[in-house]
Amino acid sequence: MKQQELENKLEQIKDKLIGIEKKSDTRIYLDCESENAPDVCRYLFEDVPLRFVIVTGIDAEHAFEMLYHFSNDETGTVVTVKAFIRERENPSIESVAPFIPGAEWIEREVHDILGIDIKNHPNLKRLILADDWPEGVYPLRKEVKQ
Amino acid sequence: MKTTKEMHKPILAVGPFHPLQEEMEFYQLTLDGETVTDIDVRISYNHRGIEGVSETLQFDQVPFLVSRVCGICSASHPLAYINAVEEIAGITAPERAQYVRVIINELERIHSHLLWVGLGGHFIGYDTVFMWAWKYREPVLDILEEITGNRNNYGNVKVGGCREDIPDEQIHKILKDLDDIEKNTDLLIKAVLDDPIIHARLKGVGILTKKDAIDYAVTGPTARGSDIAIDVRADDPYAAYGDLDWNVISQPEGDVFAKAVVRLLEVQEAIKIIRQALKKLPKGPVAIEVKEIPAGEGCGRAEAPRGETFHYVRSDGGNRPVRHKIRAPSFVNVPSFKASCIGEDIADVTITLAAVDPCYSCTERLAVVDSHSHITHTYEDLMQLSRRKTERIKKELGYTGLKMEDLHIG
Repeated sequence: MKQQELENKLEQIKDKLIGIEKKSDTRIYLDCESENAPDVCRYLFEDVPLRFVIVTGIDAEHAFEMLYHFSNDETGTVVTVKAFIRERENPSIESVAPFIPGAEWIEREVHDILGIDIKNHPNLKRLILADDWPEGVYPLRKEVKQ
Repeated sequence: MKTTKEMHKPILAVGPFHPLQEEMEFYQLTLDGETVTDIDVRISYNHRGIEGVSETLQFDQVPFLVSRVCGICSASHPLAYINAVEEIAGITAPERAQYVRVIINELERIHSHLLWVGLGGHFIGYDTVFMWAWKYREPVLDILEEITGNRNNYGNVKVGGCREDIPDEQIHKILKDLDDIEKNTDLLIKAVLDDPIIHARLKGVGILTKKDAIDYAVTGPTARGSDIAIDVRADDPYAAYGDLDWNVISQPEGDVFAKAVVRLLEVQEAIKIIRQALKKLPKGPVAIEVKEIPAGEGCGRAEAPRGETFHYVRSDGGNRPVRHKIRAPSFVNVPSFKASCIGEDIADVTITLAAVDPCYSCTERLAVVDSHSHITHTYEDLMQLSRRKTERIKKELGYTGLKMEDLHIG
C-alpha cells in the first residue's frame, strides 16, 4: 500500500483518536484512550491491513501507555497506536489477541511486568516471570524500579 | 474400562532441559497416537530483565548490553537500538560507518544461517551436513574476529557510527576469504538442496500457511518461507542497504524445506552484499561525536538472521533511556508452532520446532587472537598448552600415571 493510500485510510478512523502525530514520513503515532484501542487495532490489522509487530507497555508520566506497533512493509512505515490507561489503581485494557493471535504472548508479558489486566485475553497465564516471583509485584512499574 | 471420551491424552514433554538445545524451552505436546494434537510452549527460563537493566545504563553503554540479548544476533540487536536512538537524535552516521554496519550484519547472517543448516542436519540425523556447515562457518567467524576483535558479541556499533573501522589494507584479504567461503558454501547449498533424503524429510513438513504467518505476525525466513516477501533491509532501509544490489528471497510452500531454501539462498545474497560493500566502502571517518540525546521516542528495526528485530526507545532528555522495549524475532516466530506443529507426526516435530531457528548460543573457540600483544595461538599451540597444563597438574598432584595392576582386573 502506497503512503498516500495508507494516510487516507488512517484518516477514516480519526473519530476514535485523540490525535495523529506524524514524527516523520515513516513514523506515525495514533493517540487514543484505552477503550478505543481494540477497535483501532482491529481496523489496522484487518481492514487496512497492516502487519502486527509488538506491544510496548510503559509506566509513563501521567498514565500507563500501551503502544501497539504495526508495520506497512511496502513503505517501511511504523504505525503506532498509543493508548492511554489513566486508571492507576486497577489498570486494564481489552485484549487484541482474539483477532491478532500473534499478540497473545506480548499481552501476557505486559500483564506480568506492568500488572495491567488484559480483559478477555484467551490465556492470561504468566509468561516471563518465574513461578516463585511474588504476586502483585510488577518489575517495570515506577515504584518497583525505584 | 474407560471409554475413549474419559481417557487421558498422553502428553510428551520436551524440555526444559534438553540434550539437543542449549537454551531452555519447554514444549508439551498432546498426542493422539503419533500425531500431535496440541502444543503448549513455556518460555523464560533464561529471563535476565535486559529491558529493565537498559534503563539503568547510559545511551552509549546500552549497545554492549543488547549485543548480549542473543549470542548469535549480537550485531542486529545493537543496530536496531542505534537506529532508534539516531532517529530520536535526528543524526546520521557517516557513510563509511553505514557500510561497515552492513558488512558486520551480513557476516552475522552467513554464520547464523550456516549454524542453522548444521543444526537442521543434526536434528534429522544427517550429521554430515552438520559437519560441513559448521566447518564452513568457522572462517566467517574468523573474519568477524579480525574486524571487531570478537567472534560473537562484536560491540562494534555505537551511536553516531562504529567503534572499529575496517582498515583499507584488510579489504583485499577479506575479499579473498569471501571467495573461499563462497566456493565452499555454494557446494554445500547445492548438495543440501539436491539431496533426495533431505527432500523426503523436509518437503511438506511443518507447513505454516500464509494466513497463519500473518495472524501470528511472524518475520524473517519464517515469513519468507510462507510467501511473504518482507525484509526490513529492503522495506525500511537502514545502514547502506538502500545503495546495494541484492534480492529478497521468498518461497511459496511454507514447509521446512522452503525455510531452508530461503536461508541457504540468503547466504549467497549476503556474500554478494558484503563484496559490493567492501568494494564501494567510502572514504572518511567511521563515527561522529554525539553529545546528547534529546527527549523523544524512536522505533529502530534491523533484519536479524531470524527476522525483524524491533527496538522502541524513549528518552526524556537525560542520559539514559526511560523505556527500552526489545522484540526479538523468535518472540513472534515461536508461537507459530501452534499452527505448524498440530497434525504433524511426532517424528517431524523436532525439525519443525527447529525450522524457525529459535536461538542457540555458540561461544566455543579454537583460535585465540590477542590483538594487543599480537600473539596468535593456533590449534596446535592450544593443544601444546593443554598438554603442558595436564603435565603440570600431574606433577602437582604427584600423579605417576596409570598402572594396570592398580585396576584390580579379575
